[in-house]
This record gives sequence, structure tokens and C-alpha cells, in this order.
Amino acid sequence: MSTLTQTPAPRRPSGRWAGWAFLAPVTVYLVAFYAYPMYRNIDLSLRHYTVRSFVDGDAPFTGLANYSKVFSDPTFAPALEHTLIFTFVSLFFQFWIGMGLAVFFSKHFRLSATLRALFLVPWLLPLIVSASTWSWMLNSDSGVVNHALHAFGIAPVDWLTSPTWSLASVIVANIWIGIPFNLVVLYSGLQAVPADMYEAAALDGASAWQRFWKITFPLLRPVSAITLLLGLVYTLKVFDIIWIMTKGGPAGSSTTFATWSYRLGFGNLLPEFGPGAAVGNLLVVMALAFGLIYIRAQRKQQVA
Amino acid sequence: MKAQSIARRVACAGLALAVTGGAAACSKTSSSPSASSGGSQGGGGGTYTVWDPYPQFDGSSDWSKLLDKCGSDAGVSIKRTGYDTSDLTNKELLAAQQGNSPDVLIVDNPVVSTLADAGVLTDTGQTSLDTSGISPNLLAAGQLAGKTYGIPIGANTLALYYNKAVLSAAGVDIASVKDWPSLTAALAKVKAAGKKGITFSAIGTEEGSFQFLPWFWGSGANLTKLDSSQAASALSLWTDWLKKGYAPNSVINNTQTTSWQEFATGQYAFSENGTWQLANAKKAGFDYGIIPIPAMSGGTAAAPTGGEFVTIPVQSKTDRYATTQKLVACLTSADNAYATDTTLSYIGATQAVQTKQAASPDLKPWVDAVAAAKGRTSDNLGTKYPKISQPLWTAMQAALSGSASPASALGTAQSAAAAATK
Repeated sequence: MSTLTQTPAPRRPSGRWAGWAFLAPVTVYLVAFYAYPMYRNIDLSLRHYTVRSFVDGDAPFTGLANYSKVFSDPTFAPALEHTLIFTFVSLFFQFWIGMGLAVFFSKHFRLSATLRALFLVPWLLPLIVSASTWSWMLNSDSGVVNHALHAFGIAPVDWLTSPTWSLASVIVANIWIGIPFNLVVLYSGLQAVPADMYEAAALDGASAWQRFWKITFPLLRPVSAITLLLGLVYTLKVFDIIWIMTKGGPAGSSTTFATWSYRLGFGNLLPEFGPGAAVGNLLVVMALAFGLIYIRAQRKQQVA
Repeated sequence: MKAQSIARRVACAGLALAVTGGAAACSKTSSSPSASSGGSQGGGGGTYTVWDPYPQFDGSSDWSKLLDKCGSDAGVSIKRTGYDTSDLTNKELLAAQQGNSPDVLIVDNPVVSTLADAGVLTDTGQTSLDTSGISPNLLAAGQLAGKTYGIPIGANTLALYYNKAVLSAAGVDIASVKDWPSLTAALAKVKAAGKKGITFSAIGTEEGSFQFLPWFWGSGANLTKLDSSQAASALSLWTDWLKKGYAPNSVINNTQTTSWQEFATGQYAFSENGTWQLANAKKAGFDYGIIPIPAMSGGTAAAPTGGEFVTIPVQSKTDRYATTQKLVACLTSADNAYATDTTLSYIGATQAVQTKQAASPDLKPWVDAVAAAKGRTSDNLGTKYPKISQPLWTAMQAALSGSASPASALGTAQSAAAAATK
């Protein structure tokens, strides 16, 4: 009678099917919403699409012609430079301002929760609203920023309409939008740092500065890494702020890969889907590269 | 050409995701005609779809009612969808790819030749549409290699609005503004009187090229040669206005709507804007007048025509064309076109409608301007126009923002355009 319970049950095929069935929803989801669009985008970037061949669906395969077209385009080098400057300058300020505010709010003073909630506003506003507001504020002639500068006797600056300032202006707006995200994630990371460590350090006579660099910062490292990685991916693909504020101009001075890709594909009377998709793929590759660096660093940390 | 709306910008964001995230909707699917919106029923009865770029009109608008009336006259019901004008081209390309184009497509005129070249539109020979009453300079925008691909529903164009109070305070007689030097002299007087000169839209999109073209053509320049000395003089005119403070620096990012808002403050003497601002001009609260844009050495410059064409996209069931043709004929018939053009504040495309409109003193300058206007895709440029327009607006932005001289910016533009249209 006990044979049934004693011998290990053979792997029934139905069990394997159940396993696949459980896997199916996520697989279908990934294939339908990630793999297939990705495949289509790569395919799009490898073919010569004209408006006619787009409709007929018989665009000839041209290999890497779109990519070489993109690489040799005079827009390429400035766009790459702007993308990198935009991303890293934004990240640097978003992270450190967010960190400063997170430490500040971890002090739990009166109204700190209310203030912290107010700091989230830039994150909650639709981008169309914040970007339009920034472009009004930075308007050369009627903007409030130039008005304020005028009060201090400073000559008006063409924030959005001069090639020297346009990139800086969109970066400032992007930093403002990105701070709340950094604040929230770093603040929640701070909650996990045990308070007794600070007490012990304070008893040992560590200054506030030392406590930050010796305790807070090292313990926040994993949280910081993921914040920076997510920030990087978000910032690389920022499109709406730049498009609404400057359209990537004037004269390409604030064009990044994201706005360039849009301009090629949709910003023109005559769409150039192939090169547009190629630029989009370059962005994906860049984000992927940084993602791999992150995973690598994380693995090293776990081993150590 | 209609002003951009907020909705369009929001749509941009979504489309941007489509670029990086992939273009799943772009796949060539062989959806059966029965499932498509366009070919759902055969000829006689049934539902006919109409796409237009007038999302501002809802179901209770005169435009919707006119569509329904034309539908019931032809014995069919109408399903109308209004899209933002900049979205419509891509929507139609996707629909054509999947074989479910609408029966009637109303689309911005410079796009017609592109869609026709893609094989999306039927020509008037196939659908026996009558185009005999249409002004040739307006119809030209919809013609490609000797064939006509639609009927203009009406046209708008650009002219100069002026603020009478600002000009008289500055001691400028509008009758003296006849050519570029006299216009610039008027701007100098206005600035000396403490007011602002002129506002326009020089944004880095098609809208910017649209606004620059009257000056470009008014100098005698030709779109096939962007680096001519005439073209440079047109661009220098704008650049010098900015340098001397006759035009605000914000023109570099102005859409036609924001440039109008500047004019509506009552501080500006002139605004280059379109027929569609007439209703707003009446609300502006100051006395305004309209003059055609002067050419370099006098006379009226050719301004580009804006406005939409009524087109009939290719259907798999060709028996639908007969009914569609009735619908289009109804929409573009003189009486209906007059009503439609009035609601859209367009100038009619036919002599009959234009004569009727010229009787109103408000519209008279616009009727004249439309008569002198020229389609952007005319001169047999067709699908080359977009490839020329982009370098042109890039050069415009470079010169106005001071990153290149007008001549060198146009030199770069010409080599870019030549490479693109090869």
C-alpha cells in the first residue's frame, strides 16, 4: 500500500505543461510588447523605406546603409555630444540636489512631510505643462526670468533662441523635473540606514560631514546605483521637454538623439523611417550598454 | 497650414516612444476588407468614412452637419473622424499600408503630392471628379506629373496685419509701405516711437518655411536654388530686423499662434499671419488693417497657399468611388464650399466663391492675396519640396540665431537640399 508514497512520483508531462502555462502570459507579453517591436524597429532600420515602399511593404533590404547615413550625417557628432552632455549634466545635478534634499528631509522637522510632498509636484505635472511653463518663463522678450535679470541690471539672455544657451536651458528644466525622483528613491534608501549607527558615530565625535561620507553615502551605494541607472535611461530618451521648448534648435544646438530620431521619422512632411529607426536603435544600444555595466558592477559587489 | 495645437505636441511624445520602442503598428498586415473601416460595404448604402484635420469641430458643428447632409443626399451614412493636421499624414500612411483608408481624406495641400507619390490617392481621372472651376494656382499644389489628386476645399495664405494705432502714433502712413526698404523704414519709425516692429514665426518646422516663403519668393529667389543672392537678401532682411530690434528674438521659437499672441498685446505694428486669424483679429480690441506682403522692390510677393485638399484614397473595392465622388462633389459645390470656407475662414478655391467673398471688405485683401499665392509643391517640385523645406528652415534658424551668416547658412542648405533631392 505504501508504494505510492514511497517511490518518488515520476515527472508527469502534465506538470511540465502547467509550468509552461504559467510561463505563457509573461512570455506572450514580452514577445508582443518587447521582442516584436524591437525586431520591427531593427528591421525598419535595415531597409530603405520611402513613402511608397512603406505603404506597399516591399522596402528593399539595404543592410547598414541607414546607419552609415546616420553616422556620416553632419548632425551626428553634435547630437551625440548634446546627448551625452544633456544626460550626464542632468544626472549629476539631479542626483546631488536630490541627495541633499533627501538628507535634509530625513531630519523630520515640522511640516517636513508637507514640504516633501510639494517637492514632488514637478514629477506629478504632465510634461507638456511643465515644459510649456519653462518655455514661457525663458522667453526672450516676455519671460519672467529675463524680467528678473533686468531688475538686477543684467542684459536679457536669449535662453531658448541662441545656440549658446538653448542646451543649458533644456538641461535646467530637465534637472528640475528629475529632482523629485532622486529625492524619493534616496529618501526611502535613507530610511533603511539604522539610526544607531549615527548615534554611535556622534558619540565617537564624528562631524555631520564625516557622518555623511562615512555612513550615509557608503550605505546608500546600492540605492544610488539603481537611481543613477534609472535616471540615465530616463534622461537618455528625454524628448518632450526638448521638443516643446526648442524643437532641438536653434540650428541643431539642442538636438539630441531622441529629438533627431523623432525629426527624421515624424517631424517632417516626408518621413524618413529608416534613418529615424537607426537613431532610435543607437539610443537603445546606449541604454543597454549602461545597463550591462550596472549589472556587472552589482555582481562584483555581491561577490565582494 | 493650420497652427499647431497642444494635442499635437502631446501626440509627439507618444510617437517618440514609437520610434525607440518600435513600430509595431507599421507591420504589413493583410486584414480582410470586411474588417476594415474603409471597405466595409460595397457601393450603394452603407457607411462612408471621412477623415479631416479639423478636430476643433464636434458633431454639432456646421461642418459635421454638412457632411451628414452630403451623405444622406448620396444615400449613405457618414462616419467622420477629425485628426490633428500633423498626425493625419502618418495615420493615412498606416491605414493605406493596412488597406483600410477612409473613403474621403481631407489633407493639408503640401502632403497631397507625397501621398499621391506613395500611390495612396486616386487621381481625378479615375474617379471622374470635376476640377474645371478651380483656380489653377490653387489646384497646382495637388498636381503631380500631369495628374490631379484632389480638389482644394478652400485656401488660406499669409499677409501682414497691422495695428493702426501703433502706426499712426509712430507717424507711419500704411500707403507708404510698398516694398522692403519702405517696410524697414516704417519699422524703424515704430521702434523710435517706443513700440515693437513686426512679429512672425521662424520656428524650425514646416511652419517656419511657410512664413519665410513670401519673402523668399518676393526676392525673386527660386526653391531649386537656395543659395542665390536673392535668397540671401531675403534672409538678410529678417536677420537685420532681429539685429536692429525691429523683430523680437522670440520669433525663432514662435509658432504662428504665439506670434499672433504677441501681436494681440497691441505692442506690435505688424504681424505676418494668416487668414485663419481674422476672427481673433476682430476680438483683439484694436483697429487693424491688412496689406499683402510686399515683394523686394514693390508689388505683391507670392505667398504660399495653405488649406486642405479633398482627396479620395485608393480602395480595394473600386465600386465605392461612384458614391465617394458624389460626396466630394457635394462638399466642394459652390454653395457648400462657401459655407465651409466661411466657417474655416478660408478663401474659396473657385471663381464663384471668390467673387462672393470679395464683396466683403474684410475678405477682399485675402482674395487678392490668394490670387497671387502659389502652392509650395508647385513648379513641379512635388515630393522634392519637403526635402528643400527642411534645409531652408534650418538655414533660417542658423542665420537668425547668429550661428551663421545668411549667405553661408543658405550655402549649407543648398548642398543639403541638392544631396537630398538627387
